[in-house]
Amino acid sequence: MLTSTGMTAITVRGLVKRYQKAKVNAVDGVSFDVARGEIFGLLGPNGAGKTTTIGILTTAIVPTEGSASIMSANVAEDPIAVKQRIAVVPQQSNLDRSLKVREILTFHGAYHGVPKKTREALADKLLDELGLGERKNEKVTRYSGGMSQRLMIARALMHEPDVLFLDEPTNNLDPQSRLFLWERIREMNARGLTILLTTHDMDEADKLCHRIAVMDHGKILVNDTPAELKKLIPGGTVLEVRASGGGKDAIAAALQAIAGAAKVEAVDEKSDTDPGALSFRVYGEQVNALIGPAAQAVLAAGAQVRDLSVKQPSLEEVFIFLTGRHLR
Amino acid sequence: MSEQKDRRTFLAVNAFLAILRRDLRVTGREFVPFLLQALMQPLFFLFIFGKVLPGIGLAAGNFASLMLPGIVALTGMIAAMQGVTLPLVLDLGFAREIDDRLLSPLPVWWVALEKVIFGVMRGVIASSVIFPLGWVILGSGFAVREDRIPMLIGMVLLTGCVGGTIGLLMGTVIKPDQISLMFTLIFTPLLFTGCTYYPWGALHNIRWFQILVLFNPLTYAAEGLRYSMVPPVNGKDFPTMGIEWTLLLLGVSVVVMFVAGTRTFLKRVVT
Repeated sequence: MLTSTGMTAITVRGLVKRYQKAKVNAVDGVSFDVARGEIFGLLGPNGAGKTTTIGILTTAIVPTEGSASIMSANVAEDPIAVKQRIAVVPQQSNLDRSLKVREILTFHGAYHGVPKKTREALADKLLDELGLGERKNEKVTRYSGGMSQRLMIARALMHEPDVLFLDEPTNNLDPQSRLFLWERIREMNARGLTILLTTHDMDEADKLCHRIAVMDHGKILVNDTPAELKKLIPGGTVLEVRASGGGKDAIAAALQAIAGAAKVEAVDEKSDTDPGALSFRVYGEQVNALIGPAAQAVLAAGAQVRDLSVKQPSLEEVFIFLTGRHLR
Repeated sequence: MSEQKDRRTFLAVNAFLAILRRDLRVTGREFVPFLLQALMQPLFFLFIFGKVLPGIGLAAGNFASLMLPGIVALTGMIAAMQGVTLPLVLDLGFAREIDDRLLSPLPVWWVALEKVIFGVMRGVIASSVIFPLGWVILGSGFAVREDRIPMLIGMVLLTGCVGGTIGLLMGTVIKPDQISLMFTLIFTPLLFTGCTYYPWGALHNIRWFQILVLFNPLTYAAEGLRYSMVPPVNGKDFPTMGIEWTLLLLGVSVVVMFVAGTRTFLKRVVT
């Protein structure tokens, strides 16, 4: 469902944000499009410029250069039209703690001009759908992180937006809440909602997003489907080899000697289930074809094969490959 | 095109009213605490300065009628200020609870305007309650002239506006961890240099202080209310600061504080 109507929901061109006194641009010439009905992921380490980009798209930050528009409304020139079309679920709860849970939804609806009857009915429906129906007359101060997150999603849906921004939606959630949220995200998307989400969770990005842009130092490094991104890892796929009863260097040398092995890495981590074994990673374009030769190489090096498995590279590897290992 | 514009304006006004309704709902739920917070201090001031001191001969008999307008001004202004400053500091603080309102389809500065209007409403309510309170506490000492009621109403409104706009500026400048310090540093001087407990004209013996208090907008509110409330003695009006000056300077204060407060507000919410 990449382009259901062929029209873009979000258009970003040459976007730059420079904060006063900052030496480098927080966002440094970013361009991308998000099609209507798409789930688009913005990935990057802390400080990459993701939150600033979302801030500009949601009218909280004014761009220094470039332009961005949502459903054809320019964020800098017509923020009010943009605000009618979008909803934002932030990283940390910004729920109105002075109101009761149900009021948070009905007032949000009122702010957006949803008629009284409609907003009352919609609030009850959303609270039930998100499993909050029984605790709708409490204040949010008694809510857990997962419940607050669900309530913020319900709030976002109260004015039926076209584009939903989710800033690290499943950060700090327990596995149950996370799975629940993923289901809801797919469901909302199936109903036609365009979603832009940021995340550190590669698994999440891989499972949910139609397309992913990896950002670092204010720039977009790559922008493609998860499958295409994984092909960026040099050598493509990986063959994991576990062996025992031989010399580490001898085995590595033997594996390296196989025709078609681009690179061999000895892995230091000990296997939990097989603590005596040595692990190696063999990178290559077509590692499936290397299974037989790899087994022979291990035997030839005087060791025994314990396990052979082909691994598809994860998005995490793509991410580390693109943005480096150092801490931010 | 103009139809679309009308629709936009309608949406914006609608959002503004909904946000105001939200504040009223929250206050309504805490109406008794709000009244206690606003009225505890004036209650005791009225009692000690209006009843006890004149009663033991430490203050002149008409002191109560001079002080009552000051109390009305002070109470209204503080109630308006507190109604804006405290929620704003918290809203703009760590949790950013105001974001949902900022994302409503209205110009961002209207959210600041709404805060001020809400503050004015609080100020007017608090000021108004002083009248029955004074009537009960002061008994025969309660005296308000009845020929300047429209001016009195205008003054109560203006006082609320002054408090609301100062509250806006303070609420956007103060960081959450500075609240208690700033209240001491700003409230206390404001309280005592605002001509609430003494008429401005009587300060001519302490010239430097008479000039200093002119920098406090509360001075004009108190003097304006004295003009509208203190009954004439022997057919002579009580001498107050010229009403034209009072109105002008209150107006200037409201405009300056609102513009400055809105600017700092915008800086905090849109970067």
